[in-house]
Amino acid sequence: MQFTRRETMALGAAAAAVTVLPMPAMASAVDDMINEFTGGADVAEGGVDLDAPEIAENGNTVPIEVGADGAEAIMVLAAGNPTPGVATFTFGALAGVHRAKTRIRLAGTQDVIAVAKMADGSFARVSKTVKVTIGGCGG
Amino acid sequence: MISRRDFLQVSMAASAMVGASGFGNWARLAAQQALTQDQLLEFDTFGNVSLIHVTDIHAQLKPIYFREPEINIGVGDNKGEVPHVTGADFRKMYGIEDGSPSHYALTYNDFSSLAKEYGRVGGLDRVATVINSIRAARPDALLLDGGDTWHGSYTCYQTAGQDMVNVMNALKPDAMTFHWEFTLGQDRVREIVEGLPFAALGQNIFDAEWDEPAEDFKPYEFFERGGVKIAVIGQAFPYMPIANPGWMFPDYSFGIRDEHMQQMVDEVREQGAELVVCLSHNGFDVDKKMAGVVTGIDVILSGHTHDALPEPALVGDTIIIASGSNGKFVSRVDLDVRDGRMMGFRHKLIPIFSDVIEPDAEVAALIDEQRAPYQAELDEVIGQTDSLLYRRGNFNGSWDDLICDALLSERDAEIAMSPGVRWGPSLIPGDDITRDDIWNVTSMTYGKAYRSEMTGEFIKVILEDVADNIFNPDPYYQQGGDMVRIGGMGYSIDISKPQGERISDMTLLSTGEPIDPARNYVVAGWASVNEGTEGPQIWDVVESHIRKLGTVSLEPNTSVKVSGT
Repeated sequence: MQFTRRETMALGAAAAAVTVLPMPAMASAVDDMINEFTGGADVAEGGVDLDAPEIAENGNTVPIEVGADGAEAIMVLAAGNPTPGVATFTFGALAGVHRAKTRIRLAGTQDVIAVAKMADGSFARVSKTVKVTIGGCGG
Repeated sequence: MISRRDFLQVSMAASAMVGASGFGNWARLAAQQALTQDQLLEFDTFGNVSLIHVTDIHAQLKPIYFREPEINIGVGDNKGEVPHVTGADFRKMYGIEDGSPSHYALTYNDFSSLAKEYGRVGGLDRVATVINSIRAARPDALLLDGGDTWHGSYTCYQTAGQDMVNVMNALKPDAMTFHWEFTLGQDRVREIVEGLPFAALGQNIFDAEWDEPAEDFKPYEFFERGGVKIAVIGQAFPYMPIANPGWMFPDYSFGIRDEHMQQMVDEVREQGAELVVCLSHNGFDVDKKMAGVVTGIDVILSGHTHDALPEPALVGDTIIIASGSNGKFVSRVDLDVRDGRMMGFRHKLIPIFSDVIEPDAEVAALIDEQRAPYQAELDEVIGQTDSLLYRRGNFNGSWDDLICDALLSERDAEIAMSPGVRWGPSLIPGDDITRDDIWNVTSMTYGKAYRSEMTGEFIKVILEDVADNIFNPDPYYQQGGDMVRIGGMGYSIDISKPQGERISDMTLLSTGEPIDPARNYVVAGWASVNEGTEGPQIWDVVESHIRKLGTVSLEPNTSVKVSGT
C-alpha cells in the first residue's frame, strides 16, 4: 500500500495560501485527475465505500476511510481544495483487505470523491459532501 | 395495533367537558375543565414491556412554564411534517380542542392566559410520581434518559451537575445518553460517569485520537424485561464539538456514524436481542432519516430538538417517540414483543401538570436539599415582566430579545448575538424575574459575553452558516438548534435558497442603513465556542440590565423577514 503523504502535506500548505478558485477551474482539475486515473474509461456510480463525517469536527483533520472489495487502487480527491489530489492507495495481489483510512484537510464545505480501479479494469466512484462550519449554536 | 383514540386520552377526556368551541375564550374554557391525576396517568397496560422516556430536562428540578414554538419550519422532505407543525394546525392534526389541557401543553396560542389557568408544568418530583405509577403497573419498566440532563440552571452550574445526578439517581434510570453534559468538561463527565449506577451509552462516542469507540461509554446495554431480551443502543448528540466548545472535551469525537449504528444493531440481534431500542440525542429529523437508513431498530426515543408529539412517527418498522423538554412530559411506551419481534405498541405522552400531579415527597425533599445552600441567591427578585418571556422559535424569542437588549446596552454594542439554543423556560406577564429564572435561560460553562468588531461581510457569513445548520434540506447536515438571535440588526431570509444566498437586506436598526460588508461593527454576544473568550458572564449582564429596567416590557420583534417556507 502506497500512501502519498507528501501530497497531503503539500495540500495543507496550499490550503492556507489560497482560499477560493473559480468553480469551472476546480471542476476541470478534478475531471482531469479522474481522467488521468481512469484513462478515460467509463466510471460507474457506487460500489466504493467512503466513510466521512457529514459535518467535520475540525476541517484541518477530517478522518476518512475508503474501501472497495478487490480494488487495485483507490484515488481520493477533495474537490473543493486548492489542490484536489489527496492520495492514491494501491493494493497488491496479496492484500487481505482493500480499505484505507487517513485524515485529510478540507479548505471548506466540499465533496470528497473516491474512485476505485477494480481488478477487472472497471472503475467506480462515490462522493460525499463534508460540511466545514464555524458552528456554535447547538440546541 | 393501537388506535388513534388511545394516543389522545388526555385531550379527549378533557375536551368532552367543553360544550362549544371557544376561539378567544380559551382561558375561560380551560377554567371549566377539571383535570385529575388519574386522567393523566390512565393507561391500559399493554403487551409485556414498558419504556419510560424522559429527555432534555436541562436541570429543571422545579415546575416551570414552557411555551412551545410558533415558528418551526421544516425543509426538504420534512416540509409540513411533524414536528414542523405548530399552533392551530397542530391541534387540528391531532384533534385537540381549543382551550384544552393539550392545547396548553402542546401549542403556543394564548399561552399567557392558559398558563394562568393550568399552571406550571414539570418538576422532577411530579415526574417521579408518574414514573412510580408506571412502575406500579409494570414493575420492570425501563426508564431511559435521553440526555441534556446535567445542564441548565443555577444549581446545576454551581454543583457542576451534581444536583441533577443526585436527583436523577433517585429516579433510578436504566440508561442515559449525552449532549450538554460534555460542557462540564471531559474530566468531570468521566468522574460522574464512573460513579453512575446505570449505563452511560453512546455508540457514536469515539476516541478522537484513534477514531475508535471510546472506552468510557458503552455502545449498548442488554436488559431482560418481561421475558424479553432488550438491547438499548445509545446515540449521543452527533455534533457536540461543532455546536459546543470542542476544547472542553478534546478526547472525544462524535458524528452520526449510522454505519456503526447498523453494525451495533446487527451485533445485538446476533446476540439474541428481541427488541432494539435506540436512546437518541440526534434530533427528530435526523432520527427520521436514520430510521430509514439503519434497519432493525424497533423504537427510537428521540431527544435534542425538544419536540413533544402525542403520537409516534412511523418510518418503516421503526417508531419514533418525541418527549418534549424541561421535564414537561414523560412518554410511556408499552410494547408487545413476541417471537423475537415487536408485534404492537401503545403510547402516551403524559404532560406533567404540576398542580394536578402530586409531588413525590421523597424526591421533593431531595430537590429542596440540592437547592437549599443557594436558596437566597435563587430567590432574589431582580425585576418584573409585563411581557411573556419565552425562547422557542426558529428566529427569535422574547427572552433572547431581552438578552440582546442587555448586550447592546450593557456592552455598548451596535449588534448583539444570542445563540439559538432551545432550552430555557418561559415567564408569563406579571411574574417576578428571579436570579433562578435568569440562570435558567443563560446558565452554561462558556457564558462569557464577548465584545468584538466584525465586518458586515463576516456577520453575513455567520448568519449563512447557522442558517444552513437549520435549513439544509438534508437532516444529516442539521445541528438541531435555532437561528442565532440578532439584536440591533434586521435581515431577510429565504430558507429555500442554498448556503450563501439565504440572507439579504441586512439593516442596522439604529440608523436604518444597510449593513456595509466592508465596515467594522461592534458586536456583543455570548456562548462563543472559542477557547479564551473574555468578558463578564452573560447572567450578570442580563441581571444588571433587568435591574435598571425594573419592569421588562418588550415590543414584538419584527426584524426578521422570512420567505421560502
